[in-house]
Amino acid sequence: MIPSAFEYRRAGSVDEAIALKREAGSAARFIAGGHSLIPLMKLRLSEPSVLIDIGRVPGLSGVSEDGGRISIGALTTHADLESDPLLLAVAPIVAEAAGEIGDQQVRNRGTIGGSLAHADPAADLPAVVVALDAAIHIAGADGPRAVAASDFFRGLFEVDLGEDELITAVSFDRPSRAAYAKLRHPASHFAIVGVAAALTVEEGVCTGARVAVTGASTHARRLSAVEEALTGSRLDDDSIAQASAAASELGDVNADLAGSEEYRRAMTRAFTGRAIAAAASR
Amino acid sequence: MSVPISVTVNGRLHELEVEPRMLLVHLLREELNLTGTHVGCDTSQCGACTVLMDGDSAKSCTVFAVQADGASVTTIEGLSAEGGMHPLQQAFWDEHGLQCGYCTPGMIMSGVDLLDRHPDPSEQEIRRGLDGNLCRCTGYEHIVNAIRDAAGGAK
Ligand SMILES: Cc1cc2nc3c(=O)[nH]c(=O)nc-3n(C[C@H](O)[C@H](O)[C@H](O)COP(=O)(O)OP(=O)(O)OC[C@H]3O[C@@H](n4cnc5c(N)ncnc54)[C@H](O)[C@@H]3O)c2cc1C
Ligand code: FES
Ligand code: FES
Repeated sequence: MIPSAFEYRRAGSVDEAIALKREAGSAARFIAGGHSLIPLMKLRLSEPSVLIDIGRVPGLSGVSEDGGRISIGALTTHADLESDPLLLAVAPIVAEAAGEIGDQQVRNRGTIGGSLAHADPAADLPAVVVALDAAIHIAGADGPRAVAASDFFRGLFEVDLGEDELITAVSFDRPSRAAYAKLRHPASHFAIVGVAAALTVEEGVCTGARVAVTGASTHARRLSAVEEALTGSRLDDDSIAQASAAASELGDVNADLAGSEEYRRAMTRAFTGRAIAAAASR
Repeated sequence: MSVPISVTVNGRLHELEVEPRMLLVHLLREELNLTGTHVGCDTSQCGACTVLMDGDSAKSCTVFAVQADGASVTTIEGLSAEGGMHPLQQAFWDEHGLQCGYCTPGMIMSGVDLLDRHPDPSEQEIRRGLDGNLCRCTGYEHIVNAIRDAAGGAK
């Protein structure tokens, strides 16, 4: 399958990428790892006239920590996240979720920035960044801005990102206890449902909870009813089961060959329970 | 409009002009006549087109040749020195790791990445490492055995 013809430009910096995009107009696209965009281009579901390759922009890759705040560059690949020593030590949820993406070849090329910008309804990292209350750092012609992950994802493949804007990084506070639980599609490996839970626990009592789901609906979103049910409760099998039951109150739920609406609701409940239990035991 | 690229394939530097939409797999097969890299699905699923880019496995049907500018690419043809067999190739031979052979180059290239990450892999690590490779002859047992064998003998 051959994509439509396009012109190719390679950006050497964030500013150059933005300038090239402004110049090329709305039919242009950024390309990072290409592992969402190229399959779409081969099917001619996407036919950009210009591709602006940001894959080699220096300074956009890697994980760092500054005063308890962890920052991940947009070009960091899923494979790098999966094996990053800092993440494994202080935010294993991110490494764990990245390691569940696709397969090794996909993880070697795909980037966190591309995954968040593309916002596939079944992508893994969106749920994780929402649960971690991460900030998405964005660069544009008017300068940099940051947006909360839970406001960034707006709908089906719809995010708070202007035409000439670029994701540069994601940052979040060191989580206390957080885990990701995923029901993998056996062929595509995307999430049929995936749930990320981040908890604060004091003497066995949950004092704060952020729980987010992907795969279940149009975009990654918080499960507020679950969070409310957890907060203030002593964490044990019963309270976790009770709180997870609130997950089935999710609004519109996806239905496809991988699972009916009823199945997805049931799986959302089950994997919410698993994510909370795994987070509580960290 | 063509774009100049330089890419090292199996140790040899090539300076070429490519159309931006040319996929890496087509560059390898059609421009460089390296037909050991196969196209199975052409939809990023099967891994038959797997090559190494700067040492990491990649599905060459899902990479534009222009993205490989400056990279070092290894295909099945470049895995071993002239005439010899790479330990993974030998292990696939010994363990009967192929039937029709269509998936084999991709399996072996994924095997290289896998053994690089896990020099002494468990069966589970092998199966996980081959997640991106499908064998339509379904010969997975022998493929797993071959990779184990290459890692240093049957367990
Ligand atoms: C076989 C297969 C299996 C997969 N399985 C999974 C899975 O299980 N879970 C999962 O989550 N994902 C999965 N993916 C998707 C994979 O994670 C992609 O790598 C990711 O979604 C996109 O990242 P990318 O760097 O490849 O982006 P690209 O494909 O390069 O870009 C995607 C989109 O984002 C835009 N973009 C890219 N980077 C930026 C940026 N920094 N700022 C602004 N816009 C940007 C591009 O313009 C484009 O519109 C799979 C993909 C394949 C091919
Ligand atoms: S041909 Fe590339 S993954 Fe199947
Ligand atoms: S040996 Fe035939 S496809 Fe694997």
